[in-house]
This record gives sequence, structure tokens and C-alpha cells, in this order.
Amino acid sequence: MDSSRSDPLNGVRPVFRAVVETVVPEAVRLDGDGWTELEEIVRGALDSRPRHLVRQLRLLLRVIDLRARMTGHGFVALGAGDRARILSWFEASRALLLRRGFWGLRTLALMGYYARPAAAREIGYRAHAGGWAARGEGR
Amino acid sequence: MSAGAEGHTRSVDIVIVGSGAGGGTVAAALAPLARDGVRILVLEQGARLEDHEFTGREIEMASALYESDGGFLTAQGTMTLAFGRAYGGSTVVYTGTSLVVPARVIERWNVPGLDAADLARRSATYIEQNNVHYLPPGEINDNNRLFVDGCRGAGYHAEQFPLNLLGCRGSSLCNLGCPNAAKQGTNRVQLPAAERAGVEVVTRAQVLRVDERAVTVRVHAKRTGEKGLPSAWAPGDYHIDAAVIVVAGGSIGSCALLLRSGLAAKLPRLGHGFTCHPAHILVAEHAHDITNDVGHPKSYYLDRADEEGFVLETCMYFPFTTAKNLTGFGAQHSATLRAFPRLQMILVLACDRAVPENCITVDRAGRPVVHYSFTRDVIRSMVAATRASARIFFAAGAVRVHAPSAVPHIIESADAGELDTRIRESHFLTGTTTVSAAHLMGGCGMGADPADSVTDAWGRVHRHPWLRVADSSLFPDALEINPYLTVMALADRAAEAVRADLGALREAADR
Repeated sequence: MDSSRSDPLNGVRPVFRAVVETVVPEAVRLDGDGWTELEEIVRGALDSRPRHLVRQLRLLLRVIDLRARMTGHGFVALGAGDRARILSWFEASRALLLRRGFWGLRTLALMGYYARPAAAREIGYRAHAGGWAARGEGR
Repeated sequence: MSAGAEGHTRSVDIVIVGSGAGGGTVAAALAPLARDGVRILVLEQGARLEDHEFTGREIEMASALYESDGGFLTAQGTMTLAFGRAYGGSTVVYTGTSLVVPARVIERWNVPGLDAADLARRSATYIEQNNVHYLPPGEINDNNRLFVDGCRGAGYHAEQFPLNLLGCRGSSLCNLGCPNAAKQGTNRVQLPAAERAGVEVVTRAQVLRVDERAVTVRVHAKRTGEKGLPSAWAPGDYHIDAAVIVVAGGSIGSCALLLRSGLAAKLPRLGHGFTCHPAHILVAEHAHDITNDVGHPKSYYLDRADEEGFVLETCMYFPFTTAKNLTGFGAQHSATLRAFPRLQMILVLACDRAVPENCITVDRAGRPVVHYSFTRDVIRSMVAATRASARIFFAAGAVRVHAPSAVPHIIESADAGELDTRIRESHFLTGTTTVSAAHLMGGCGMGADPADSVTDAWGRVHRHPWLRVADSSLFPDALEINPYLTVMALADRAAEAVRADLGALREAADR
């Protein structure tokens, strides 16, 4: 990891991880290295984007946590069903700002999880530069 | 080259901005002039990758070959746009589909001096040059075969895409840059030919602005860990004088460059008329594994543009791209991803129309801003296309279909009779329903009058004889098909006009 880059998840990491686990339930099985790899992918994506996007990401994660606290607990402390209900509320919000904010957060979570080679293997994705010959089938 | 107080200066006859279907074609078409001493320079913002750098890894290749990693957001934040940024432009990352524009589209465009027969004739040249052909049946994978079967079962007729491939091994990775150098984009055909003839191509060269018969360019250093060769020029700013400047940076790149150069004052239509064929990726699950992530991904299509305003194409995407395009999240979303070996995919493209609110502008820093709102007609087309796709999936034997405009998103085969009620326009929710686009068109539309167009039918910018446009920004409205061959045909015309005018333009530059 390049330590000269700032950490976009600084201060919001637990909520971010809870969101990832809600978007992709299999993420609960990630170990420390898995989370590091996932967050490095997210950080790499954010590095090439305008700085205000990182601020918006942090703000949205805090708003999600605040929305959860209206039910009596922070987002991280909620069970899977309650977390999903909170995120569904953002996803279907009447406010475009909240909908597209959640869409962006969901995109980052999916990128972090599914861009890992291990995730590609998990879901059975097998594309290979060798094509048909590498697969030993077809044609 | 000499170094001036404000950077390097240089003088050439022709500068071409961009190296994709437009710029690469112009470079090759004008290359014979280089043998006669005409100095031709191509400036490409992206990098030139070496063959071994095309790994097929999703995030790595998206970062290396696409602007904003393939996720350029519209101002509304409701659609992402994918366009290439590399030696070869978007021809590095398309699937090689090479269709001749239908005459009905050119008639609808109604550009004085532009006719379909001329474009068809020029397209034929590039069909031959790029080895365009139909894949033989033995190279068609299940994902494509099921589309053909499903279309037949649903009462449609699928057509086969002509493809510009040479030595395709069926990696299915076209959109991440072919790892086998099989796709005959401008990076493989036109640019190398142009360079052999003496055209100079400089990569990592970002054109900051265009002035009368001059461009200002910033050449970037290769960053640590970045793919691609370093630029042939030293990093720094350059001032380049030229008798002719051909802008071919793609719809967004060309418009942004001309807008930040202050040309809108004399060209009121600059940036207007943007269209993009907004697209959904639809997936369906079969009961058994199919060949989907091996073989060419886009071999067939269904053209319903004239009747219902949409086109369906076969497709096959990568884990993250697929995940992003499925609506929703959680266990059901994961279950669909985990069915990957059984997934069939269809790309839905809406044939949008140029409307006043959809346009390209620049921010205060001169960066492009794309404004795009979904019209009722586009939403109607996308929903009709989703219903048609669901019928095709089920007719092909799918057990369930994921439809973004359905509530709930998963439709089981037992409910296949309820598609019209389950898939509805009211379920299309911007900011929740994932929409992306890769056919970026318009902004420098052709026409006869500067009041309603930016260039003439030969890419000559109105009131600026030294300035030409040669890319998809020339389209005055949507094309309704994959655009690359039409871009090449229009670029071929632009090159012909440059050849015809070059003597006079060089004289004017010398005065």
C-alpha cells in the first residue's frame, strides 16, 4: 500500500464494511487480507476521481449511520435485515440525491468485492486470454 | 524542435487530435502525403500499450484504457459513459462490430451533401482493410446461439454482426482490449500503417486548447506502475503551429476541446445534439452451464430501431461490470452473480434523439460536463426492449430473468406471461436503475447553416477553414447502430476534404 495516499475510509471504515456486508452478504467471510484487498481497490478507484467524491462518500456513510441511529442503534450494530431495510430506504428514496449517492456507494462496494480475483473464481467466471483453447471445449 | 520561453514549439502541416476510429482513419488516409513531405502529427491523450500488457483483468484494464476507468458520470449522476483513452481510442475497447449505416438514418439526418451511398462505398473500403467477416458457426458460443434461438422463438429475426477480427481465439475480453491482438482497431491497422508512411504519433499528449492554426499540448510523464510506453516526446507543454487541425477526440473530447478554446461564440450549436444509445445489461439464468465467458461476446443483434426505438445485442461482461448492472443488492443479487456459468446476457440500447437539454459543456477548469436526462421516449424504448429481451430469454429456455424495470427484479419462467405488467415504465427509477452508454455521438453536428450545425458534410468547421472534425461528434442525431464504421467513413470524407484544401490552407498559413 502506498502510504503517501490519504485513506478515503478514515473514520468511516466500520460503517463502510457493514455496508459492503449488506450489499454482498458473502463479504462477512472475508479475512483481514481480503478486506485490505477490497479497500485497496476502492481506494485506487477514488484516487483518480475528484476529491469532492471522497468527501461525499464519507458524508453519505455518516448519514446512513445517522439514519440507523433513528432506530436506536448505529448501522454497524444492526442485524442484516435491519441494515438491508436502511439501505433499501436510500435506494428507493424520493430524493434523487440520496438514490444516486447510494448507487455510487453500492458501485464501490461491488467493485471492491467482485474485482478481486478470488471473487471471480467464487462465482465461476473463467474468461481467459487463451479463449477456446484454454477452456478445452467448444469449436 | 526548439524550446521557447513558454515551452517547446514546433511546426507541422496537419495536426490530428485523437487516434481512434476518426483520428486513426484520417492519419492513414492522409499518410501518402507524408511520403511527399507533408508533416502530419497525431496527438493521443492515452498511452500506447505493449501487447503483453493486455491482461484481461477488469479493473487494471479499465484504468489503463478508459477515461475515468469507464465510469464517466453525467452531470445528473444517473448514467455512466464509457469511452477509450489509448493509442487507438475506443477501437481498442469495442467488440469489433462493423455495420454499414442504414440509408434511413442518413435520410433522417438530412445533411446537405451527405448521402448513404457514399458512406456505404467508403465503409466497404474499411470492411476490406479491417478484415471484417462473419464468424463461422463453430465459433459461436451458447450465449449467442441462445439469443438466435430465443429471437426465433419469440417471433424475431436476429442478424449476425460482421466483425473485424484476425486470429480471434475467443477470449471474450474484447471490451478490456484484446489480449491476442486479434481485433483490427486503428491501433492494429490504420495507425501502424500511417506511422510506416511517416506520420508521427505522440501519446500521453493532452491537447489543452486550439487557437487559429495552432494547438497547445501537454505531454505527460508515465507514472510509476502505469501501463504503456512513455511518450516519444519529453514531458512538458508544447505549442504546435499547423496549417490544418483535425479534431477527432470523440464526441466528448472534441466538444470539450473546442468549447474550452472559446469557439462557442462563433459556433452556437457546439456541444448540442448529444446522443448516446442509453443501455441496460439484462441477464437470465439457465438451468445448466452454457459457454458464455469464452468465444466472441457480441456476434448477433436484433434491430428494432425503426419499429420500437431499440436495438438488442448479445454481450458478456466481467464480474464487477455485471454486478454493477444488476439492480438491487443482498442475497438475491449475490445468487444471480453466483449463477455466472449459467447466465445469458443481452445489451439493450435505446435509440435516443437529439433534444435541447442533452448537451456537452465544460466546467471552469475546461473539463467536459455531459448533461443527459432520460426522455419519456427513451424510457419507453428501454422498457419495451426489456420486455422483448425477457421474451427472448424465456423462449431460449431461461428459468429466470433479471429485469431492472421490473418489481421485483427477478421474473421466474412461471411468470413469463406477466411481462407487460411486471416490466413497467413506472419502475424505471433514475439513480437506482443502472444505465450506461458507450456510443457517444453529436456535439459538432454536420449541416449547411452555422445556426444549426458546427461543420459541413465534410467535417469543415463553419467559419474556420483551418479546423476540421472527424469523429462521432459529427452525427447530427443518433445512428441507431454501432458507430465505428460510420465514423471511419466520415473520417475518410474529412481526409479527402483536407487533401483537396491543403494547398490553399498551407498558403494561408504561410501568409
